[in-house]
Amino acid sequence: MSDLLLEIKDVTKVFRIGGVLLGTEFLAVDHVSLSLDRQKPSILSIVGESGSGKTTLARIILKLHEPTSGDVLLEGKSVFGSHPDLDTLAYYRAVQPIFQNPFETFSMRKHVDSYLYDTALNLKIARDRKEARDIIAEALSSVGLDINGVAGKYPNQFSGGELQRISVARGLIPRPKLIVADEPVSMIDASLRMNIINMFLSLKDEYNVSFIYITHDLSTAYYVSDYVAIMYRGNVVEYGSSDRILTNPIHPYTELLLNSVPTGGKKWARDLKPPDIELKGYQNTACKFANRCPFVQPVCRLNKPPLVQIPGEREVLCFKPVDYELGPTTLRQDPEAETGSAGEVKLCANNRPAGGEDESLF
Amino acid sequence: MLKLRDVKAYYETPRAVVKAVDGVTLDVRENEILGIAGESGCGKSTLLRALYDSLEPPLKIVGGKVEAEMKDDNGQTVTLGPGEIRKHWWTFISYIPQGSMSVLNPVVRIEKQFFDAISRKHRLTNKREIRERIGSYLKELQLPVEVLNSYPHQLSGGMRQRVLVALGTFLHPQIVLADEPTTALDVVIQKGILLMLAQVQERMKNSLVIVSHDIGVHYQITHRIAIMYNGKIVEIGPTEPVFAKPLHPYTEMLIQSLPHVGDHKHREGIVGRPPSLIDPPPGCRFAARCPFVMDICREEMPSLLEVEADHFVACYLHREPFRARKGVG
Repeated sequence: MSDLLLEIKDVTKVFRIGGVLLGTEFLAVDHVSLSLDRQKPSILSIVGESGSGKTTLARIILKLHEPTSGDVLLEGKSVFGSHPDLDTLAYYRAVQPIFQNPFETFSMRKHVDSYLYDTALNLKIARDRKEARDIIAEALSSVGLDINGVAGKYPNQFSGGELQRISVARGLIPRPKLIVADEPVSMIDASLRMNIINMFLSLKDEYNVSFIYITHDLSTAYYVSDYVAIMYRGNVVEYGSSDRILTNPIHPYTELLLNSVPTGGKKWARDLKPPDIELKGYQNTACKFANRCPFVQPVCRLNKPPLVQIPGEREVLCFKPVDYELGPTTLRQDPEAETGSAGEVKLCANNRPAGGEDESLF
Repeated sequence: MLKLRDVKAYYETPRAVVKAVDGVTLDVRENEILGIAGESGCGKSTLLRALYDSLEPPLKIVGGKVEAEMKDDNGQTVTLGPGEIRKHWWTFISYIPQGSMSVLNPVVRIEKQFFDAISRKHRLTNKREIRERIGSYLKELQLPVEVLNSYPHQLSGGMRQRVLVALGTFLHPQIVLADEPTTALDVVIQKGILLMLAQVQERMKNSLVIVSHDIGVHYQITHRIAIMYNGKIVEIGPTEPVFAKPLHPYTEMLIQSLPHVGDHKHREGIVGRPPSLIDPPPGCRFAARCPFVMDICREEMPSLLEVEADHFVACYLHREPFRARKGVG
C-alpha cells in the first residue's frame, strides 16, 4: 500500500465556456500535483484568490468534477483512471466534504438530523435508524453538540457556527480519513470562527483524520495547517511546510498575498500603486504572474517557470530562486549541493506556452 | 459633522420589532476616518442607513436625534435633520455600497451612470465639460479612462468597486459612507481599494465612515473605531489605543481571537452567541458571554463613559466601585 493517503497527480481541469464553435476554454486547474501523508494526519491548506482554481481542485478531490487529465489516488488506488479501483461508496466513506455556507448546505424544509441519518444509511455505516442514532450521537458529541438538542429541529433554529458543527459531525459519521473543507469559516462570525478552527485541530488528533482546508485567509491557514499550497490562476506556485512558506515566502505572489492581509501587526505603507490586477494579456506570458511581478525578467515572459525543489521544505514555481536560469533546475540549498547532478532535477511537467484562458477586459 | 444622540432605529414588522440600532450616540468628526466594527447582525449597516437618512419602511427611527452640520455655498453652517439630509445626497453626503454588481446598472455604460448620478446635482450643463471633469478625476485616482465606455460586467470586481468610490467622491462630499467596501474581494485588491479610500480622504479632508466586520481593516486605515455589539456601541476611541489596550471584554476577546501569521499562540473564540435583537436582555448585551460578568451587568445596561482620553467604553468594569475587580487581560 502506498505511503500516501491522497495523491493528486498532475491534475488539469479545462472548462468550456460557450458553444462548441465560438466558446473559449478556461484552464481552471493547471497541472497540479499535491499529496498528503498517510502515517500522520495533517492539515493541508490550499490558499488562493477567487478564480485561482482552489474550489475546482476541491471539487475534483470530492469527485464532483472529473479532471480533464491526471488522476487522484487514494491510498494508491486510482479514482479517475480508465479502470478506477475505487467505487463511489468506498470513496465517500474515506473522503467527506464540508461546504462553505452552512445556511445553504441544509434545506430549510428538512430536519437537520435527517441529513445525518441519510449519510449513515446511504454510506451503509449503519444498518438501521437505531444503529444510526448511536453513531450520530457520537459524531455530534465529538463536535460539542448533543443529539437531543439537534433532533427534530430546522436549520433556522441554529446559528451559523452550530450548523457548521453539524456539517462537520455529518462528515465524521463514516469515520473518514480525509475531510475537504471549502472555506468552512468564511460565513461565520469572527468571534466564533476560532472555535470551529480549533475543533479541526482536535479532530485531527482524536479521529486521525486529515483535512484539506481551502481558504483565502492566510492567518487561519497559518494557524491551522501543517502544509500549505498557494494557488495562482490554476497553478500551485508554492507548496510545502506552512511555517516556512508563510514566514519566509519565496514566490513573489506569496509575498504579495502576505503583505496584503489586513492584520493587527504592522501598518501598511501608504504607497498607492495603480491597480495592477486589471492588466490584460497575462495569458500571453509564460509565467502567469509575470505582469504583476516586481522581480520579472524577460525570461519569465518567454518560458514556463521551473518547479524548483527545496528538499524537506517546499516547491516553488518560479525562476527567481534559480537566478533566472533556463534549463534543468538544480536544488537551491548549499553551494556544494549545486556542484553535480546529484540533486533531483525536476521541471514543470508542462512546457507549452500558456493560453486559452479567458479574462474580461479589465 | 454628523451627530447621533441616543438613536433607536427599529425594523417594525407585524410579527416583531427588530431593534437593530438601540440607543446609539455617535459623532462623525471633520477630517477623520471612522470605523464601525461588529459581527453580522449587530446593526452596523442599519446605523449607516440612519446616518445616510435612507429610511424606508419597515425601518424607522423611533427615538433619538440625527443631525448633520453642512457648510452651504456661502460657508454658513446649516443644521439638517432627518428628511433633509437626503436632499443633499452626492454633494454633501455620499454612500458607497457593498455589492458593486448589484448597484451599477448592468445594461448602462459607466459614463452614462456618472451622468445620471451627477447631472441633477451638478451645475455644469455642458456635457463635454462634465466628461472632461470625469476623465480627469479618474486619472487623479489612477483609473484608466477607458472604464467609462465599459459595461459593468466587463470590469473586474475590484475595478467596479473603484468606480463606485470614484462615483461616490466625484462631487467632493463632506461625508462619505462606505458599507463593507471590500468584502468579497481578494486581499490584494482589498488593500488597493482601502488605500485608495484613505488617499481620497486625505486629499479631500472630509469624513469617511467605514463599516466592516474585519477588524484588521479598521486597524489598517481608520483613525477612530466604534465597536458595535447587538445594536449598541460598546467601545469607541482612537484606533491605536483601542487595539493596544481594549477596554471592553468583547473587544479584547475579539482581538485576541484572531490568529496572525508568524504566531502559533493558541486562540479561543468567544463561547455562545449574541442575544436576539427582537427581545434583548435588560442588562449588558454581552453579559451572557462575558467571563467577568457581575450581578449588575444583568440588570442595567451601562452607558458609554470616557475612561481614557477620547476613549469611551460601556462596561461596569471601568466604573467605581467595580474598577478594582477588573482583572481583564
